[in-house]
Amino acid sequence: MTLTTTLTDLANPTRFLSLTARVLPWLTAATAILLAIGLYQSAMAPDDYQQGATVKIMFIHVPNAWLAMFVWGVMSVAALGTLVWRHPLADVAAKAAAPIGAAFTFLALVTGSLWGRPMWGTYWEWDARLTSVLILFLMYLGLMALWRAVEDPSRAARAAAVLTLVGALNLPIIKFSVDWWNTLHQPASVFRMGGPTLDRAFLIPLLVMAVAFSLLFVTLHLAAMRNEILRRRVRSLQMMQASRKAA
Amino acid sequence: MSLGPYAPFIVTSYVLVTAVVLFLILWITFDYRRQMHRLHELEASGIVRRSGRSAADTR
Repeated sequence: MTLTTTLTDLANPTRFLSLTARVLPWLTAATAILLAIGLYQSAMAPDDYQQGATVKIMFIHVPNAWLAMFVWGVMSVAALGTLVWRHPLADVAAKAAAPIGAAFTFLALVTGSLWGRPMWGTYWEWDARLTSVLILFLMYLGLMALWRAVEDPSRAARAAAVLTLVGALNLPIIKFSVDWWNTLHQPASVFRMGGPTLDRAFLIPLLVMAVAFSLLFVTLHLAAMRNEILRRRVRSLQMMQASRKAA
Repeated sequence: MSLGPYAPFIVTSYVLVTAVVLFLILWITFDYRRQMHRLHELEASGIVRRSGRSAADTR
């Protein structure tokens, strides 16, 4: 089966709901198992010679920070799906992802702040990385407000898609902010030219936690998409009910 | 496992992440139940989809 055929099949919300019902229990189990392994490895990881035990914050801060950006990337692809291909589930995917992305961004900001206080001596600094991630968080909130403000889902979808694609310009700024500007935040230590600078004792728990949080996102996103499809069915049935009453 | 002098920062971080993830899970679960409840109510009042299939059928 080609990718195009798969996407065409999934354009049918009923087929998507059927697939979600089959896949969600397996995804939930895989997420729980990987999170348990990741948390155990994080707890057992040695202290860093400079940061001591605070290095354990990295195992939750970094996956949340990666997902904050990844979720906006997913929403950007969905925005293209809405504007270019008019895929019926594209704006469902984008709308369902926004609160989850906002939560990951919030957690990245707060855990970073809690890590920064003992290591940098401050909870917050208006440096390029921290500020650009804060802007990402505000953009998530703005998008969620836009979806709530516009009653017609198709009109809201187009406006949100444009805003999402404009907001995607912030992603390379976040990624390269530590290279382009002199920031308090450290430069990349995993995804960088020349390979990771982290010791295996820290890298392996970090990658396990990153995969676990990614699976958590996929699980929550599919469940939230299912809810959004059901919400739209409720809306269309309510409109049918209202038109019957009016007739 | 000793967390050293910065234990409150580490523990707060993990507790916060757990709380937010649990909130997301519960919010999505309750939202699903709410939508299914609404669909069943509408169908019980005689409002059905044009296809005739149950809107609450997710299988």
